[in-house]
Amino acid sequence: MSETNELTSAHRGDLRTIAAMIIPASDEYKVPGADDTAIQADMLATLGRDAALVRQALDHLARLAGKPLAELDPARRDAVAKEFRASGGAAAATLVRVVLQCYYRDDRVLRSLGLELRAPFPLGYTLEQGDWSLLDPVKASPPALRRAP
Amino acid sequence: MNDPVDVLIIGAGASGAAVAWSLADTKMHILCLDQGGWMNSSEYPSTGRDWEAKFYGDWSTSPNIRKRPEDYPINDDSSPIKVVNFNAIGGSTVIYTAHWPRLHPSDFKVKTLDGVADDWPIDYDALTPFFEENDRMMGVSGLSGDPRSPLTQPPMPQQPLGRSGAIIGKAMNKLGWHWWPSDTTVATMDYEGRARCINLGHCTPACAQGAKASTDITYWPHAIRAGVEVKTHCRVREILTNEHGMASGVVYYDKDGVEQFQPAEVVIIACNGVGTPRLLLNSASGRFPNGLANSSGLVGKNLMFHPYAQIYGFVKEPTDSNRAPPTCLWSKEFYDTDLSRGFVRGYGIQFGRGAGPVFEAVASEQKGLLPWGADHHSVFRKLNGHRIAVSAICEDLPEEHNRVTLDPVLKDGHGIPAPKVDYTISENSRKMMDHGLARGREILEAAGATDISVNDPILYGGWHLLGTARMGTDPARSVVNEWGRAHDVKNLFIVDGSVFVTSGGVNPTSTIQAVALYVADQMKQRLANLFD
Repeated sequence: MSETNELTSAHRGDLRTIAAMIIPASDEYKVPGADDTAIQADMLATLGRDAALVRQALDHLARLAGKPLAELDPARRDAVAKEFRASGGAAAATLVRVVLQCYYRDDRVLRSLGLELRAPFPLGYTLEQGDWSLLDPVKASPPALRRAP
Repeated sequence: MNDPVDVLIIGAGASGAAVAWSLADTKMHILCLDQGGWMNSSEYPSTGRDWEAKFYGDWSTSPNIRKRPEDYPINDDSSPIKVVNFNAIGGSTVIYTAHWPRLHPSDFKVKTLDGVADDWPIDYDALTPFFEENDRMMGVSGLSGDPRSPLTQPPMPQQPLGRSGAIIGKAMNKLGWHWWPSDTTVATMDYEGRARCINLGHCTPACAQGAKASTDITYWPHAIRAGVEVKTHCRVREILTNEHGMASGVVYYDKDGVEQFQPAEVVIIACNGVGTPRLLLNSASGRFPNGLANSSGLVGKNLMFHPYAQIYGFVKEPTDSNRAPPTCLWSKEFYDTDLSRGFVRGYGIQFGRGAGPVFEAVASEQKGLLPWGADHHSVFRKLNGHRIAVSAICEDLPEEHNRVTLDPVLKDGHGIPAPKVDYTISENSRKMMDHGLARGREILEAAGATDISVNDPILYGGWHLLGTARMGTDPARSVVNEWGRAHDVKNLFIVDGSVFVTSGGVNPTSTIQAVALYVADQMKQRLANLFD
């Protein structure tokens, strides 16, 4: 069984719901939410070494919610989410990080942020030289290296 | 049994590579064993779209998170600073930031100048030719003439100032405080087979361009061409000794996990401040019941990190974020002792240019800066690409209770006892960190930054592992003598950060390698009577 398949259907449902609570879709910025199908698929496909902690986090979330998170009324859902983040420790932090790292590499999201859709290598980036005259006052300061006996 | 070698080096990182290259001209049979292998730059994180995510897993700086087969676990539960390292040919130079200051002349005389810790048995002048040789070999970029740093002559020009550097420079000028472009081992032009930096940004978890110097692409090609032999995936368990109390060789596990004995005339340890005491303590025997070379009882003691107090904020202008090497400037404004500050010694400042989007989202969410819900998007756009950071790299003084021992339970994949780190931040270091955070806040405010937050200390900031087999002339107060030879074992040498007597307030790799070259030079000068 692959790591991906180790999330139950209930886990996946709660993951989708909590992801949308972390990052909802935005018409203003023309970006999907983190519950988007492609982003969710990326999370499941790349859980890898994070799978155990994410499962642990989702189990904790399920205990707090008592039923599928999506079935709670909005106020209760928000309260559960707050409690989850506050009490979930390393497992909750890992789940949130998995959501964020998959969201912020999605093409639509990067495009909205004005970032290029590519790996840094091999093209790299251009770094402006900058105004080195800013260093003139420091160059003009007297030497101040503490001498050893 | 393997054929005997003249010199056996354990560890192929910063210091092991330097000492191997230097000794190669003796034409002795030199063998280096390393528990890691050769890295493949085509697999480095910045070659993929998931480049940031890898930093949290396979390319974490922590061996306890990374858990590659080449890594060994470290019990650092009793330390507020977690050990970071890398195990491969090139060692931790594969994943360092390439920031390249060196210890100041005054750092070698802290007892004389400030009445604390101990003076080194060697001084800055003894290392000067080796600093220079090392800068050429590693390929250093920088700007000569810093009024507050030792004079260096970097063979390549400094990195561009960029947007972030300009923001920081203006803030420092407003305060009237010292700043200077950092010496770095990032090639700013094509240099001896290395291509120039193209600003991949993700320098720390290895440079796919090869612009960042790591010893697998600097020293090792030269050393191997000169005849040094390297065996990879060989983990040394212990050093054995003979009836004369001399090292006779090492027991190691080869790439197939088979136990081997490698005899050697000379053994050089280059495993740095955690790996070296671990090996010495694991080499306890009837002749050396408290661990090899440990008649002083100081093996593993006096562990010094550099506690990093980091403060960061967000400016209105766009920064260089992840599109530049992360470090570019330093400040020595608070480097030297000023007792009116309430502590002795001082700290360097290292500035950060920014971060990529995933790092920004994860870090800011953890700090409570980046909310969940509808406001997430607008806040993220205010934070992402606007971060600047100030880190005080504080001089830790040696204290014997800060130590590396052997964990009674934890073992590595070969069943070898793992190291255990017990460390507390001293009152002096604490005051220094508080001072650094306060000054850092002034810098950020001068830059117009808001949403200021701290990492105090940087949790996974145990990059610098120093002092656990200290150098000295008194065998009762040190592990190796003034030229790196163990007081107790006359054919055993240590060349890594564990021999540091004090730590200075700067990144130590330049000085570690200068010490390694110095020890190699001392050995070459004494070949006829090396064991006297």
